[in-house]
Amino acid sequence: MAHYVPHTPDEIREMLQVLGMVSLEDLYSDIPESCRLKRPLKLEKGITEIETLNFFKKLAAKNKTVDDCICFLGAGAYDHIIPAAIDHLLLRGDFFTAYTPYQAEVSQGTLQAIYEFQSLISSLAGLDQANASLYEGGSAIVEACLMASRKTRRKKILVADTVNPDYLRVVRSICETSGLEIVAVKTKSGKASLEDFVPSLDSTVAAVVLQYPNFYGQVEKIKDFADKAKEAGTLTIISANPIALAMLEAPGHMGADIVVGEGQPLGINLSFGGPYLGYIAATKHLLRQMPGRIAGKTVDVDGKTGYVLTLQAREQHIRRERAGSNICSNQALMALNATIYMTLMGKHGLKEVANQCFQKAHYLYNELKKQGKVTLPCSQAFFHEFVAVIPNAAKVMEQMLEKGFFAGVLLEEFNPALKDHVLIAVTEKRTKEELDLYVKTLGGILK
Amino acid sequence: MKYAETHEWAKKEGNLFVVGVTEFAASELGDVTYVELPEVGDKFEQTETFGTIESVKTVSSLHLPVGGEIVEVNEEIEDNPGLVNEDAEGAGWLCKVKPTNPADYDKLMDKAAYDKSTQE
Amino acid sequence: MTEPLIFELSNDERISYQIPALDVPAIAPEEVIDSAYLRKELNMPVLSERDTVMHFTRLSRLNYSVDSGFYPLGSCTMKYNPKINEDIARLPGFARVHPKQPAATIQGIMEVHKLLSDSLAELTAMDAMTLQPAAGAQGELTGLLVMAAYHKKKGNTHKNKIIIPDSGHGTNPASVSMAGFEVLNVESDEDGCVDMEKLKKVIGPEVAGIMLTNPNTLGLFEKHAKELSETLHSVDALLYYDGANFNAIMGWARPGDMGFDIVHLNVHKTLSTPHGGGGPGAGPVGVKAHLAEFLPVPRIKEENGKLAFSSSDKLSLGSVVASNGNFLVLLKALAYIVQNGGDGLKHSSACAVLNANYMMEKLKAYYHLPYDRLCKHEFVITSENLADYGVKTLDVAKRLLDYGFHAPTVYFPLIVPEAMMIEPTETETRGTLDSFIEAMIKIAEEAKTNPDLLKEAPHNTPVRRLDETTAARKPDINWYKRPE
Repeated sequence: MAHYVPHTPDEIREMLQVLGMVSLEDLYSDIPESCRLKRPLKLEKGITEIETLNFFKKLAAKNKTVDDCICFLGAGAYDHIIPAAIDHLLLRGDFFTAYTPYQAEVSQGTLQAIYEFQSLISSLAGLDQANASLYEGGSAIVEACLMASRKTRRKKILVADTVNPDYLRVVRSICETSGLEIVAVKTKSGKASLEDFVPSLDSTVAAVVLQYPNFYGQVEKIKDFADKAKEAGTLTIISANPIALAMLEAPGHMGADIVVGEGQPLGINLSFGGPYLGYIAATKHLLRQMPGRIAGKTVDVDGKTGYVLTLQAREQHIRRERAGSNICSNQALMALNATIYMTLMGKHGLKEVANQCFQKAHYLYNELKKQGKVTLPCSQAFFHEFVAVIPNAAKVMEQMLEKGFFAGVLLEEFNPALKDHVLIAVTEKRTKEELDLYVKTLGGILK
Repeated sequence: MKYAETHEWAKKEGNLFVVGVTEFAASELGDVTYVELPEVGDKFEQTETFGTIESVKTVSSLHLPVGGEIVEVNEEIEDNPGLVNEDAEGAGWLCKVKPTNPADYDKLMDKAAYDKSTQE
Repeated sequence: MTEPLIFELSNDERISYQIPALDVPAIAPEEVIDSAYLRKELNMPVLSERDTVMHFTRLSRLNYSVDSGFYPLGSCTMKYNPKINEDIARLPGFARVHPKQPAATIQGIMEVHKLLSDSLAELTAMDAMTLQPAAGAQGELTGLLVMAAYHKKKGNTHKNKIIIPDSGHGTNPASVSMAGFEVLNVESDEDGCVDMEKLKKVIGPEVAGIMLTNPNTLGLFEKHAKELSETLHSVDALLYYDGANFNAIMGWARPGDMGFDIVHLNVHKTLSTPHGGGGPGAGPVGVKAHLAEFLPVPRIKEENGKLAFSSSDKLSLGSVVASNGNFLVLLKALAYIVQNGGDGLKHSSACAVLNANYMMEKLKAYYHLPYDRLCKHEFVITSENLADYGVKTLDVAKRLLDYGFHAPTVYFPLIVPEAMMIEPTETETRGTLDSFIEAMIKIAEEAKTNPDLLKEAPHNTPVRRLDETTAARKPDINWYKRPE
């Protein structure tokens, strides 16, 4: 028990003596009787390290992994190639057992890495600045909406219904209680169209929110929306897949004011949904509205380059109820994970990953089209994810699983109107052999 | 020039009032890093919060000493917030107000009374 | 030596990524995507793997961490992070699972959710849990959204205020604003606890709830907890327990037994999942049975003897993150609970409290102790007695870095001027505690004999005191857009 308490019984006795006490119970004499727990906790007895490991190995063995089945699942999380060096660096205790860099003089490693992360994210997004990270893709949109509302002093947000429904649920849950009005704009054929937005886009709207590429994989014409929004004094928020941004034009170059997103594709393990990485970048006019930590470059008293947490007067520990956000801890280690990934891949590697995602997804799409057994309802202007309508999809997905495929995400679970619609994602990790096998196996089931 | 207990000053300039923070407040804050100013056209009542002033690790609300409409803000402060430290009651002014009720000014303290209040 | 930035180490030709060559026939992207939407330029560094590993290894060595030394950062519970937890979190059966996999392929994960939910409910005396919140602050927000949903259902539209003691963490009032409530501050009494007289004066029909940290940020147990719950419940307000300091009382007292309705725990503090340089954490939230229907979905439920993630709750507040929480972080928390067991957790808490009281006793002759009474897992001292020498708390903190220790939390809680909040945790040896005490005593002496040594500290850290004013006035926060 209590394997990580190093005190010997003698030490405990001596330390209690210093306090004029005889037992550990005495340390709790200030807790009123009525508040105390007078029985042992109903938890199992402690076990050793090897027993603990075996206990969890058994649980882990009850799950299937993306290494057991060929993975075509996406919908916000993607099975990319992850370079080996990342985890070795993340496992350095000096990174993962440190905390928020409150004492800058002994936290330069974390601070410099944050500065590098901010720069890389700003560059991908095509904007002036980014923060040290947010929790994940859904709540990142929430922060962006709150920023836009503070800046414009308006309360209404228009969100395209082609944004990931998981994200939209988070936005509704938090923003609506916060006092914002969230309007989901209905779209047709899996792509937002400007005409659907125009009637609602007036001077009461704080921001429009689009996803790029959207939930169904389609590349939204974000520039058209940003131009129109600007006319109404409305900000444009884009939720973007960072890998896609190595191929698609940066939202910041297309008029977006805030770019947010889920950073998991940047070398972060799938991990059943977390920890992932929220990111946020914005134009310089929104600097004071940015939530969370920001690292800045400066010099020390000897003139040596160093980094600090800066612009802290925006944050909750100083501004309390007047702070724009309550965020304190973020996802620093995952931001480091993404920073190392982007550094290892480099400019050419990221472009290659994006290109292969695109090429392989389109190859699969075209092969399925040729085979003619499924319907492909959306346009070909997609990045690495597309929708297929498969007769009896739920049953077929089960049969595909038996054959060793995580063959796609059933969209009916998000929207009952999308019965038999399956979202299929393809990354650079899939091989031609796997893609051909997918088409062949599916064809066999659908014969 | 007259002073508010929340450490702002106001000075008559024609039919307008120039507004800033006092030298005492500037030195208490330390190095000012940012001032969030109102927009021209915004209207506030006397003592209402019209902005915030930040130093590295604190933030304070700014209260308008004379109620009215903001007609001009000191744009130099945006690029050089240190101006508040260098010359709080001169070049470090924050905004100009067209008063709703010029008598607000009479409710403020004179220098002697303000200095006395800060020594307590 | 200053470590260059990745941008400075970059060489456009030094390509080192390893992706197998494209093995499908390529199409031209502009055939399907409007060329205006294809990226023209991408600014990114290019480094060899060797240089990358060297760079980040060097950066890591500029950090202070729990693995390298004593980290008595108050209210952050910087305890040792067992290595086995990292191995468990890297088992492919957990790390290599996609969140959208079919239920049949994630039965083990559901068991982890169930086991952890049940364990946390037992630790806190709550009836239902959500593991979704990604951090403590998000747990707070979730708790407040539960309150909002509860009052909405009951038609309590007039309830728009949340009481927060002035010793509370900054995240409390910030969460309150974010959830659309107003903050009602209540002062502490001379014992450092919530002033019941003042509290009773502000209690009214518009009060929706209270957020309380117990033990509070002064490290003191809020002895009026029971009375508080009766007072608040009498106006149909809910009590929220901020679990930031739960490490003091595991197995000794439970928020649910004190009358709290909602609890969040910071698993990266109490349950030893590492802090990661500022996250990821996780902030599970527990509630009493009458609030369970408002918890976020999906929730783990047992249906016909089988576990499933269910989204059927009609009154649920929705979701606070898109997935179902920081799973691997939660997994490490469960590993810590399983390994320690109920008795181990209880002993851990007692030793955390023992260490804090031991240090407080040894230091009170050398520093000002504003609340001289039994503390819990942390305590607050100040440098007030050194003020005559021109020495401030910041100087003491910086000098500690020279002695090879991390500084305590400084200038918090806000109600104590020049505060130093010290939390030793249970995982340190007496030898470590003694050497920190010795350094603190020596610093108090130096303050008198050579105050400049403190005011100019630190002297032997990778960098010395940094120019925060210029950093804030002319922010340089993006390499690609540096200020001129």
